[in-house]
Amino acid sequence: MNIRKVAKGIYALWYRELKVFTREKSRIISSIFMPLFWYVIFGGGVGTIATVPGNYQHFIFPGFLAMTIIFTALFNGAYVVWDKRIDFLKEVLVTPLSRTTIFVGKALGGLTDALLQACILLVIGAFFGIPYTVASVLLTLFMLVILGIGLVSLGLIIGAFMERPEGFGLVSSFAVYPLFLLSGALYPIDSLPGWLKVFTYADPATYAVDAMRHVLIGVSSMPFATDVAVVLGFDVVLILVGTWAFNRMKL
Amino acid sequence: MDTITITDITKRYGDLVAVDKVSLAIKKGEIFGLLGPNGAGKTTLLMMLSTLLKPTSGTAVVNGFDVEKQPAKVRGSIGMVFQDPSSDDILTGYENLKLHALMYDVPSALIDKKIDAVLALVEMKDRKKDLVREYSGGMRRRMEIARGLLHEPRILFLDEPTIGLDPQTREHIWEYIEALAKEMGMTIILTTHYMEEAEKLCDRIAIIDHGKIVALDTPKNLTHALGGDVVVLKGKDLRIDDIRKLPFVKKVETSNRTVRLTVEDAAKHLQELLRVAGDVDSVESRSPDLNDVFLHTTGREIREEEGGELERMRTFTNAKSR
Repeated sequence: MNIRKVAKGIYALWYRELKVFTREKSRIISSIFMPLFWYVIFGGGVGTIATVPGNYQHFIFPGFLAMTIIFTALFNGAYVVWDKRIDFLKEVLVTPLSRTTIFVGKALGGLTDALLQACILLVIGAFFGIPYTVASVLLTLFMLVILGIGLVSLGLIIGAFMERPEGFGLVSSFAVYPLFLLSGALYPIDSLPGWLKVFTYADPATYAVDAMRHVLIGVSSMPFATDVAVVLGFDVVLILVGTWAFNRMKL
Repeated sequence: MDTITITDITKRYGDLVAVDKVSLAIKKGEIFGLLGPNGAGKTTLLMMLSTLLKPTSGTAVVNGFDVEKQPAKVRGSIGMVFQDPSSDDILTGYENLKLHALMYDVPSALIDKKIDAVLALVEMKDRKKDLVREYSGGMRRRMEIARGLLHEPRILFLDEPTIGLDPQTREHIWEYIEALAKEMGMTIILTTHYMEEAEKLCDRIAIIDHGKIVALDTPKNLTHALGGDVVVLKGKDLRIDDIRKLPFVKKVETSNRTVRLTVEDAAKHLQELLRVAGDVDSVESRSPDLNDVFLHTTGREIREEEGGELERMRTFTNAKSR
């Protein structure tokens, strides 16, 4: 394996994802405004009745960072189906690049998109009075990156198996919403009934939200190290499954 | 020297045999045509040669590399122009080509120069900064042909290179293809269901039907092998039995009020034929073409389904609304 060739291939795919991303303004706008609407309207409304440690809107802010990552990362994967449809995927698969290289390039592209959007929300957070420090911002970014790696891989796995773009809706109902709603983004997970707690603990986003809440507002249910370890474990599994899925992907 | 050697290659989808034990040797520098109706297995064969599909059985060696054992080497040595548009239409022509150059490890310092060179070849240089979605179908195809050449492959595969294009663009593309083979010594394998295209461009043609090669030769030899000219007679009470007895009539096919004959040296024998034939309303005499060869070898005509293909492409573009 020639490292320069692989690096160039990864760069090519990343370059394309980024170009497409910057040209599709509607995609950027919707994926920023949707979390923002939830944050402002839902957060503002429920905040008047909810009892959480501290300010409710501050409490749910990490959840909305995670939401942006969840949405962008998973839908990025679903766009693989568009590539199948417009036959662009054939053009990529017929190059000498290995399927694993293609997976990594697409994952990095998707991760970049998701992080750019999360960064915009991070900036917006300053206007809502989130008490940032240099360390808390860096640690939050770190959590967003490691959450993003796993979720982008999950998106690509779904994309590798889906044949038709109609499946997009299915992805949002069966992956995006459970991942978001179970993550404890909107409520503290400690007081949940046992059956719901099980699902919550099965959701990798839970740990990322918990860790970001820990570093941003000092509230958490689990040790930071546990959160990081679980999310990293989730990444390893999904990267492995993702490369496998790309290697067996048919046109 | 053979640049592609195919041995008993087969692709099955359940009960359907898309490609059935095809063996072929393609020479270096030739323009080789796979001619057949839609669904004959042409594209499936190209997909196997370019490693996008795994053969069910059999082997193929492309540029000295086995398609199953060294797929990345095979892919690095070939260029592919797909039947359906395969560029990203939200990128410019230049960006699509640059992406391609990076993926094929074209030396970075040469990328821009090469992009200009291949675009100049298909006369698209002035449109390189435009988004592909602003291109016409013909421009997009030309850009994709240029893209297939960018990494200087030794073999170029063209899957239905002129499908859905207007006659003028079609002739233009034929010129590019001929120039590539002549000036660059590239081996070109194209699939087509247009007789005219195969006849005009190809050094050799394999006629493929139901996944099998039913005839393989130069266009000239294929038509010569029919053994004479084509004469089509129309009339109510043609004396078919008498026609059959004529020594220069090689083959007689009847349908309705039309009789189709293969006649040795029609110019010389037409008079005599008409004398015997009876009450003839109309007569057509011509040299045989590939359509006749196809009819002869398969008993059917290649149906041209251009309209359907175009329509499918349009629905595609409309459905894509990102």
